[in-house]
Amino acid sequence: MSVNILGGWIAAFLTLSIFSYLYKDNPFYKMAEHIFVGVSAAYWGTLAFWNQIVPNLFGRLWPAAEYSSLEGFNVAWYKLYHGLHFLSRSIFPISEDGTIIGIPGDQTQNLTYIFPFILGVFMLFRLIPSIGWLSRWSLAYVVGLAAGLRMYGYMNSNVLAQMYGTILPIEWLPELSFFGNLGNIFNTLVIIVGVLSGLFYFFFSMEHKGVFGTVSRIGIYFLMVSFGASFGFAVMGRISLLIGRFNDLIEYAHSQYYFATFILLGVMIVTLYVLSRKPDEASEV
Amino acid sequence: MIKRTTFIWSALLLLFGCQNLVAQSGFTAEAVAEEVEGRKVLLTLVLDGGAASYLLESKTAEEATWKAEKSVLPLELSKEGRMTVAVENYIPIQFRWTALDAEGNVILQSESEAVETGAKWFNPYRTGIFIMLLFVSGLILYYIESAKKAKEIYLRPIAGLNAFEEAVGRATEMGKSVLYVPGIMDLDQVETIAGVIILGHVSKMTARYETGLNVPVSRSLVMEASREIVRESYLSEGRPDLFHQDMVHYLTDDQFAFAAGVDGIMLREKPAATFYQGRFFAESLILAETGNSIGAIQIAGTGSPAQLPFFITACDYTLIGEEFFAASAYLGKDPKLIGSIKGQDIAKAGIMILIGLGVVLETFGFSAFRELFKAM
Repeated sequence: MSVNILGGWIAAFLTLSIFSYLYKDNPFYKMAEHIFVGVSAAYWGTLAFWNQIVPNLFGRLWPAAEYSSLEGFNVAWYKLYHGLHFLSRSIFPISEDGTIIGIPGDQTQNLTYIFPFILGVFMLFRLIPSIGWLSRWSLAYVVGLAAGLRMYGYMNSNVLAQMYGTILPIEWLPELSFFGNLGNIFNTLVIIVGVLSGLFYFFFSMEHKGVFGTVSRIGIYFLMVSFGASFGFAVMGRISLLIGRFNDLIEYAHSQYYFATFILLGVMIVTLYVLSRKPDEASEV
Repeated sequence: MIKRTTFIWSALLLLFGCQNLVAQSGFTAEAVAEEVEGRKVLLTLVLDGGAASYLLESKTAEEATWKAEKSVLPLELSKEGRMTVAVENYIPIQFRWTALDAEGNVILQSESEAVETGAKWFNPYRTGIFIMLLFVSGLILYYIESAKKAKEIYLRPIAGLNAFEEAVGRATEMGKSVLYVPGIMDLDQVETIAGVIILGHVSKMTARYETGLNVPVSRSLVMEASREIVRESYLSEGRPDLFHQDMVHYLTDDQFAFAAGVDGIMLREKPAATFYQGRFFAESLILAETGNSIGAIQIAGTGSPAQLPFFITACDYTLIGEEFFAASAYLGKDPKLIGSIKGQDIAKAGIMILIGLGVVLETFGFSAFRELFKAM
């Protein structure tokens, strides 16, 4: 059995196991779920370490350099690297002949990265309860930075861009026909009324009664129509994903995969039937 | 003597030729590079003519040859032909803008003057945003101060927020737990921050009612922040004995594996109330549908417009956009937060007036006002 065929069987089994959730919670779903969660957690952890921390943090603190060319502060700094190399040769490599020291890659040295390094170490202090409070500094830094950075981004894209897109002329264009002009004016009015009434709906410090109530109700109608359109669009996308999974299952049902889909489906149905016939332990008690 | 027909043909040919000449002479290319801020150059690329594609190249003073930056299709160009390009600071750089025909032949070229960027304290192109931020921040600060001086501020009721206590109460009566999902993104997203703050209020309720709380998270930083906030809530309610670390637990960073894990928790524990408060993507409907199938009372809140339809369809209550961000002010009843809501409302009113004024001015042909709001 080639690796491809084995892969096909595993893929078909995991797909069918996840689909079995549509019947009810069962051992196949549990198994697929735990494999999915466990494998992905390990995968993301490994990816973050080797693709982010090693090249972007360690790589900037100790970029690869010729040992003989080190001078001044770097001599002592790379001595520290020597110590780390002692802890892990794969993370902190040194060339076999000892001439090149540091993390391979195209990074240049930037010692300001010592601050994220310290903040990262602070997060690990949670494992030591007496100094665990230091991890709050790291959290405070991330939250504060995010709030400050996003303030500009949201003001730019959610406020200014929205205002720019809404301030439209209600114009009668001579090159358009009568109905063309009406359509043009109608579209502009829909945008303006939609944005203004939508904003009205999000007034919290005012009672939504009378005229305000009517305008805010128009606003929520606009929101609901846009949500409906978005829902339909997303469902179309999901159907295409489902078709993709079915295509794979159909492929694995061919003779070249030894009818993996049919055999696995049969085994799962029989197993689930047998399990459903088994008396429930809880009901026995 | 020239025949009349020959004359007419000659005249027509001449006219046609002149028209071609006019067309050619009207075909201009211009590249203007300006320094905007550190590591960024604003290019205004004026091209008049029917090129099939454009090529943007750059060259520093030390480089002998032009280096291709990117190929641009006419459709990708904005009406104003503006684009920003990332560059290195303190290295003069020059740009070349080339129009190509369908066969890749050069129609026209234009080179910009060399431009050098450097770190700056103030970016004049962002003056509009700066003024807007000052205006909004000023209003919010003013109303926070007003609220602190015990000026009562009215807040209209929001059905979804009133249902928070009802949902936790229902879980208590049924002897089941409460499931809280603070989204799938990290703490660098404001929705996640809002979701974690709302978790503080929900965990206060679960502490008060002695109800179980389960918070699966998909990011390590969110786990730490959520643990801190839940611990604080249980302490403030005088029930530290009910708090345990595993209430907030990490599943995985992967989007759909996280959805599968949360679905599994829902199917096995069958919580009576589920809260989805934070930033969600395609997993929103998977979570909400599963919660619906187990009969839990569901309250969702997110600022992601694309996910709101799913929550509205499958949940009992949904906090839409700003309602979600206002939730902690509603739940906490902190005068500072309520004041900030009032300040934001006044800012919204100001924005509506500006939009109305802009529409009138734009209709009468005064476009300069609209340009003030051009995003940068």
